[in-house]
Amino acid sequence: MALDSSKTTGFKYVGTRPDRPDGFDKVTGRAKFGADATAPGMLFAAIKRSPHAHARILRIDTTKALAMEGVKAVVTRADFATGLTGENWNILENVMAGDTALYDGHAVAAVAATSALSARDAMKAIEVEYEILPHVTDVDKAMEPGAPVIRTGAADASVPEGLHPNVVRYHKSGHGDVEAGFAEADLVIEDHFVTEATHQGYIEPHACLGTLGADGKGELWCCTQGHWNVQKVCAALLGLETSQLRVTASEIGGGFGGKTTVFIEPVALALSRKANRPVKLVMTRAEVFKASGPTSSTSMDVRIGMKTDGTITAAEGVFRLQGGAFPGAPMEFTAMCAFAPYDLKHVRQVGYDVLTNRPKQAAYRAPGSPMAAFAVESVIDELCKKLDLDPIDTRLKNASHEGTRASFGPKWPRIGLVETLEAAKAHPHYTAPLAPGQGRGISCGFWFNHGGETSVSLAMSEDGSAQIMVGTPDIGGSRASMALMAAEVLGIPYENIRCTIADTASLGYNEISHGSRVTYASGLATIKAAEAAVEELCARAAAKWGIPEDAVYWEDGCAKPSGPNAGDFEPLPIAEITATMGATGGPINGHFEATPEGAGVSFATHIVDAEVDRETGSTKVVRYTVVQDAGKAVHPTYVEGQFQGGAAQGIGWALNEEYIYGEDGRLQNAGFLDYRIPVASDLPMIDTVIVEVPNPGHPFGVRGVGETSICPPLAAIANAVSAAAGVRMRQLPMRPSRILEALDSAADG
Amino acid sequence: MQYHRPATFEDAVTLAAGAQGVTRFLAGGTDVLVQMRSDIVTPDTLIDIKAIPGTHDITRQEDGGWRIGVAVTGAEMREHAELDRDWPGLVEAMDLIGSTQVQGRATLTGNLCNASPAADSVPAMIAAGVTATITGPDGSRTAPVEEIPAGPGKTSLARGEMITALHVPPRGTGGGDAYLRFIPRTEMDIAVVGCGVNLVVEGDTITHARVTLGAVAPTAVLVHAAEDALVGRTLDEEALTALADLAEASCNPIDDKRGTIRFRTHVAGVLARRAAKIAYDRAKGAAK
Repeated sequence: MALDSSKTTGFKYVGTRPDRPDGFDKVTGRAKFGADATAPGMLFAAIKRSPHAHARILRIDTTKALAMEGVKAVVTRADFATGLTGENWNILENVMAGDTALYDGHAVAAVAATSALSARDAMKAIEVEYEILPHVTDVDKAMEPGAPVIRTGAADASVPEGLHPNVVRYHKSGHGDVEAGFAEADLVIEDHFVTEATHQGYIEPHACLGTLGADGKGELWCCTQGHWNVQKVCAALLGLETSQLRVTASEIGGGFGGKTTVFIEPVALALSRKANRPVKLVMTRAEVFKASGPTSSTSMDVRIGMKTDGTITAAEGVFRLQGGAFPGAPMEFTAMCAFAPYDLKHVRQVGYDVLTNRPKQAAYRAPGSPMAAFAVESVIDELCKKLDLDPIDTRLKNASHEGTRASFGPKWPRIGLVETLEAAKAHPHYTAPLAPGQGRGISCGFWFNHGGETSVSLAMSEDGSAQIMVGTPDIGGSRASMALMAAEVLGIPYENIRCTIADTASLGYNEISHGSRVTYASGLATIKAAEAAVEELCARAAAKWGIPEDAVYWEDGCAKPSGPNAGDFEPLPIAEITATMGATGGPINGHFEATPEGAGVSFATHIVDAEVDRETGSTKVVRYTVVQDAGKAVHPTYVEGQFQGGAAQGIGWALNEEYIYGEDGRLQNAGFLDYRIPVASDLPMIDTVIVEVPNPGHPFGVRGVGETSICPPLAAIANAVSAAAGVRMRQLPMRPSRILEALDSAADG
Repeated sequence: MQYHRPATFEDAVTLAAGAQGVTRFLAGGTDVLVQMRSDIVTPDTLIDIKAIPGTHDITRQEDGGWRIGVAVTGAEMREHAELDRDWPGLVEAMDLIGSTQVQGRATLTGNLCNASPAADSVPAMIAAGVTATITGPDGSRTAPVEEIPAGPGKTSLARGEMITALHVPPRGTGGGDAYLRFIPRTEMDIAVVGCGVNLVVEGDTITHARVTLGAVAPTAVLVHAAEDALVGRTLDEEALTALADLAEASCNPIDDKRGTIRFRTHVAGVLARRAAKIAYDRAKGAAK
C-alpha cells in the first residue's frame, strides 16, 4: 500500500510540548560543542590577522615563529589550493589573504604548536610587512567616484555601466508603472534610511578539530550549520576528494546564519596536513567579531504613494548593501522582501551589492529582509499618521493573499498574512492604553523559507524503538520536531525515538540548516522515511497473517487487518514485528532523499510599545507581541522560542547593536562590552501568538518559522520609538545619543 | 611572570618595591586578569593580596565610620546591612559593576586603582569623602581617594606603594547619598556618565553637599561649586537647575564609541538632578 500520512488536524504527537531531547546533556555539561573535542597528540592553532583595513602584503617572515619551542607548523596562502574560481575562490581569499589584506582582522598566516599559549606567542612572532592602502567602510562612500577600488573586475554582468567598480551586483524587479501609480496617490512620502552592520551574536565562538594526512584522508569536527557544505568547501580549498574528508557537526551554540560557511576549518586542516598531527582551532570573541560574517549595513531610499482611504498606489525602493570585501551582500533578498506583504499594482525595487573594507558578510536570520521592512514599514507608518489611518486596517487593505501577485513576480499560493494581521488586531495588546512617554508601533514582515537537498534515514530497533538520522544540525529544536513527526507516523511515543545529527559519512547529502528549512524539509523527509518503514512493517504483518499487503493498515503503532474481509487477526504491535525482523526479511529501515520545493512562505505582524526618556534618549521596550504564521507548530514551545528569539535579536539591532569603525578603518568594538546585545533585563516578556495556516507543500502543513520572526522588529520598534519621541527615526541603531539628537533637532526645527 | 601571595602588607610592599618591570596587585582580578587575557597588560610580577589578614573585613570604627578591607567584594558590601543603611549610594555604585559573578570578585580598591574615568564606585567614594591608607617602603600615609587616580589607567601611587584600607567617614545624622550612571543597556555596561551626590540636611535645608561626576573627564570630577549652590537652601527647582548647570560646566569629556561630548555633558546635568533628588530624600528620611 502507498501510505500517505498527510493531515492538518487530528494529531496525537505533533503539537505537543514534550521535554527537549538535548536538555539533559545541556544542563549537565555533557553536550559536546565545537571546542570540547580533543585528540591524542593534538596541536593548538592561532591565526595571525591584519591590523589594517586595507594593505598589500609585502612579506611574511615565519622564521622566528618556526624556531620557537613547541611550534610544529606555519601556513600561509601558499599552503592552499590554487586555481579556484567563483565562490570557492572568494571563501579561500577570506579564509587566508592572498596578496592583500582586505579588512581589519583578515587572516594572513596561522601557526600550530603544542600548547595554546605557545601558538599565541608564535603567532605574535610572525612578521608581516604591509603597504597600507586607502580604505572605505561605508556603503555610500564606497559607491562615490574616487572611492578606493577594493577589487577590480569583481562586478558581474548584472551591473550597469558607469557605476563604481565597488558595485559588484545589481538587481531590479517589479511590475506596473510606478510613476503612473504615484500620480494616482493623494500623498507620496519618500525617505532615506540607514542601518548599521550587526553580528548574529551566537554564544559559541567558531571551533574545530581537524586531522588531515598525507594520504589526503581527513576527519573534521566542527561547530557548523551545515557539515556537507564544510566538507565540500574544505575539500576544494585543500585540493582533496570530497568523500575523503569526513565531517562531524558538534552540538551548536547558536548560528543564526553565521555558521553557514567556513572561516577556520580549512586552516586547521592545512596545519594538520603540514604538522601531521590533529589541530584544534578556536576563535576568540574578538576574532568572531572581526573575522566571521556579520550582516550587511545598508543605505535605503523608499517612496510610497497612498490614497486617503489607505490604498497604496505605488511603491519604489532602492537598497544599497555592503557585504564586506567580497560579493554576496543579500541585496536581492532585501529588494524582494521589501514590498512582499502588499498587493501592489505598481512596484519597483533596485538593489546594489557594494564592496567595502569589512569582513565578508554571512547570512543572518532572514538575510536582508529586516532592513527592508525597517524602511518600508516606517514609510507606511508615516503615511498612516499623516492620513489618520489605522496601521493594521491599512495593512489589511493592501495585504497580499492567495492569488495576488508578489512584488517580485510569482502568484501567491495560500499564505497567512491576513490571518496574522487579524490576530494582531484582536490581541488585547493592540488596544491597551499607553502610559505617557510611550508609543506603539506595528510592522509586518516576510521571509521566503526554503526546501533544499535533504536526506533522512530511519532505522527500527528490535525493541520497537526507532532512530532517525538527519543531516541538518539542530539549531532550533529540530531533533524534537523530527521525533514528534516520526512518532505521529509510527504511532509510537516521542520518547521511543532518538534523532541524531549524522556525520557526512553516515548519510546522503544535506544542504545547510538555513532558510528556515529544517522542520519543513528534514521534517518532510522524516515523515516519508517513517512511512517507508511503516510500509515494511505492514508487509511483515501481511506475511505473518498470510494476507495481501494492501489488506493491512497501520494505526497507533500496530498493524491491523483493514477489515473483516481481510481476516480476523489481533493487532500486531510494532515491537512484536521488530523483535523477529531479522528472521522475517531483515532489518526494517526507511529512508528518503529529495529536494522538496513546497516550502511555504511565512508572514508575521509584531506589536511593540516603547518608552523614551526624553532627557537621556534612553529607550525601553515595555511590551512586545509576536504574531506569526507557523503553518503547523510541531513543538509549540520551540516555535514560541523562535518568535521570541527573533524579537530579542531585533530589539538589539534596533536599539544598540552596531559595528563601529574608526577613521583608520579598524573595528572599535570587537567584544560584548561595547557591542551591546540585549541583556535579560533589557527585554520585556515577549508574548507570542501562533497562527496556523497550513502549508500545502508539507504533509502536516509546516512552514519554517526561524527567520520571519526577525523581519518586523526593526520597523515595529522604530515606529514605536518614533511615536513615543514624536520624531521619525530613520537610522539604526536608535541609541540614546541618536534619539537625543533627533529630539534636539525636532525642537530646533 | 612571577606570582606572589604574601601574608603581610610589609611583605607585599617589599615585593613590589623590589620588582622589575610591570607590577600588578591582584585582588578580585576583574580588571587585571581581563587585561592580561586581552594583551593590554602582561605583568612581570603579580602580587595576590587576598591572603593578607583583614583584607576581607568590613569593620565599624569607633567614630562610627567604616574600614573596608582591600579585598572586600561588591557582593560582601551589598549584603552588609549596616553599611548599606549608612551609605546606600556608595553600595549601589559598587553593586552596579558587572554581573553577579563579577560582584563575587570585584573590589572597591581595585575599581579605584584601575583608574578608569568611568569607574562607578569612584564618584560615589569621592562624594562620601572616602580616604585611603597607603603603605609604601617609607611607611604609611592617608589621602582622599580623589588623589589616587591620575588619568586613564594611571594612579598617583609611587613604586612600591599600595592601598591597605579604605575609610568611609561616619554617616552622622541627616545624611544621604546616591549614585546614578547612564548606560545604553540596563546592566553589564560601562558608565557613559556617572554621578554621585552626598548631602546632609537639617530639616529641609542642605548643610553639606558633595557632587561628583564620572566618565566626563580623565578622572572623576568633584563639582566644587555645587557645595556653594546647594548649602543653605532646600532642593527646589532653582537649586536643581543651578546644580545641573554646574554639572554640565564641570564636564571635560571626549567623543568616543561610548558617547559624544554633547551627549555626556547634557546627561551629566540630568543625572545630577536625579541623583540629588534621591540623596535629598534619603537625607530627609535619615533626619526624621
